[in-house]
Amino acid sequence: MFINILRSTDKRPGLNPPLIVNMAITVIALGFLFMFVIMPLIIVLKEAFSAGLSLWWASITEKDALSALRLTLLVAAIAVPVNLVFGLAASWALAKFRFKGKSLIITLIDLPFAVSPVVSGLIYVLLFGLHGWLGPWLGEHDIQIIFAVPGIVLATVFVTFPFIARELIPLMSEQGTDEEQAALSLGASGWQTFRRVTLPNIKWGLMYGIILCNARAMGEFGAVSVVSGHIRGETNTLPLQVEVLYNEYNFVAAFAVASLLAGLALVTLVLKSIVEWKTKHG
Amino acid sequence: MNKIKIYILKTVLLLFSGIPFLANAAGTDEILNVSYDPTRELYRDYNVLFAKYWEKETGRKVNIRQSHGGSGKQARAVIDGLKADVVTLALAYDIDEISAKSKLLQPNWQQNLPQNSSPYTSTIVFLVRKGNPKAIKDWNDLIKPGVEVITPNPKTSGGARWNHLAAWGYVLNRELGDLKKINDSDKAEEVRVAEKKAKEFIAELYKHVPVLDSGARGATTTFAQRGIGDVLLAWENEAFLSVNQLGADKFDIVVPPISILAEPPVAIIDTVVDKRGTRKITEAYLKHLYSPEAQKLAARHFYRPVHPENADPADIARFSKSKLFTIDEVFGGWQKAQKAHFSDGGIFDQIYQPGYN
Repeated sequence: MFINILRSTDKRPGLNPPLIVNMAITVIALGFLFMFVIMPLIIVLKEAFSAGLSLWWASITEKDALSALRLTLLVAAIAVPVNLVFGLAASWALAKFRFKGKSLIITLIDLPFAVSPVVSGLIYVLLFGLHGWLGPWLGEHDIQIIFAVPGIVLATVFVTFPFIARELIPLMSEQGTDEEQAALSLGASGWQTFRRVTLPNIKWGLMYGIILCNARAMGEFGAVSVVSGHIRGETNTLPLQVEVLYNEYNFVAAFAVASLLAGLALVTLVLKSIVEWKTKHG
Repeated sequence: MNKIKIYILKTVLLLFSGIPFLANAAGTDEILNVSYDPTRELYRDYNVLFAKYWEKETGRKVNIRQSHGGSGKQARAVIDGLKADVVTLALAYDIDEISAKSKLLQPNWQQNLPQNSSPYTSTIVFLVRKGNPKAIKDWNDLIKPGVEVITPNPKTSGGARWNHLAAWGYVLNRELGDLKKINDSDKAEEVRVAEKKAKEFIAELYKHVPVLDSGARGATTTFAQRGIGDVLLAWENEAFLSVNQLGADKFDIVVPPISILAEPPVAIIDTVVDKRGTRKITEAYLKHLYSPEAQKLAARHFYRPVHPENADPADIARFSKSKLFTIDEVFGGWQKAQKAHFSDGGIFDQIYQPGYN
């Protein structure tokens, strides 16, 4: 059965490499997957449950861990929709229209990918810090941005900025504007065209972008670490809480919280599969 | 199409259901203590102690929020706007920096509380592998061939600066025989020669350091968890804690015959407490650190209490009686020490080359 999967069904010459090559490639791919994805996941789970289920439960329902969970979900719940709206608007404009400065905008969208997350965090410290550009004004009006939730949200939005737009721009460019033009010429309004023609065409790319964006928003460490202030039970997200626990020699709890983070990632994947299944069969 | 929309909506709603409940109970005071790395365990217990005391005194509850990190990094965060009511850092210079760079507290803050505003002190010791296989007994043994030393980065870590200065003081004491000569103008030439020796020693010492972590806790993890190095230069309290937490069968503590008296000070951030109206409670919070029950607690957490008579004698007996010199007598205070050793172009910059041979 397994060997059959490896055999190409296409009998055309040149498209059917020897079985041994197919097997070698498969083994290498699976080996990589095991070493770099599955094994670390197993180790996290093994360490998390090493002291028993009750201690694991106590670790993830501990006050500070719960607050880290809430903060992580809140940050993702703000960052993902913001980047969804931005990503759709930007890719729509960039893929369906021609204008000057297009490549400059694409470069700017890519900026958060190019900049180290630590630098991304520092940008906000320099901007909103007490001695930053806007700091004195914010201080006078008693508005706290960095070392508080707004700063963490801003830093997360920044680092997850390109995910959705970058996913959609190639897709939309490839699809061109023919279908939209047809819809418009048949009398559809702009909004109808977007909803009935553009959106269905990009839905899988969009879902994929949202999932990537969400995963990064929940897992971001570097940028958030710089702007967090590390106040226990208040400005620690799950990844920061893992570091805190590890530094306090609380290894079981650190891995328990890490397993929670891994669990969130798995939930995201399951949600994606459910949506996929429902759209195909519903 | 509609189904996708509904599922996206449901996902978003699910995520939003986790919005934290931000309301703060009435009758509860709230303060933020920004501290350095190794005090996590001490303040976790002290905050409980103080909350009980405060409720008994005033009938009000208190919620003390904690933030921990490398001392220099934490000072930087306060300068950049982390709203600390109190700072409890590793060394006076970091609080001086907050005062100088942000004007958030008076420059003479260190006079506000007894004992240079340091309710507990510590020193620098060596943590070695069980049985001390490299036979490290004194500072000079650190530069023996084949010995790897773990110490954090003095640019970001308070503990690392104490380590560096302790090693420097050791050489001066060895060369001069008496540290009093440092402040004797007749002995200036002799002191100059000794300082040259000290610089050579420190340069050699850093050649034995394979990695500089950013904070004391990170260095401990490097040594204890990752198994790198033969000896960790550590806060006495951090060394005891490692042995306690990670197993007495793995490490030994070696106390060098001479080391530095490390004074981690505490201070109120004036502008923050005045704005928030927390001056009364923060004053009580820091003052209570000198109370008999808090002094006893500090000793239990391996900090040397400034009133040892209030601590458990068994806890005090754990501390060695080796000779300790102060930063004032050898370096003329933190301002001078920082400028000469750790500022840009200072001694650390002159002698440290990344990588070791």
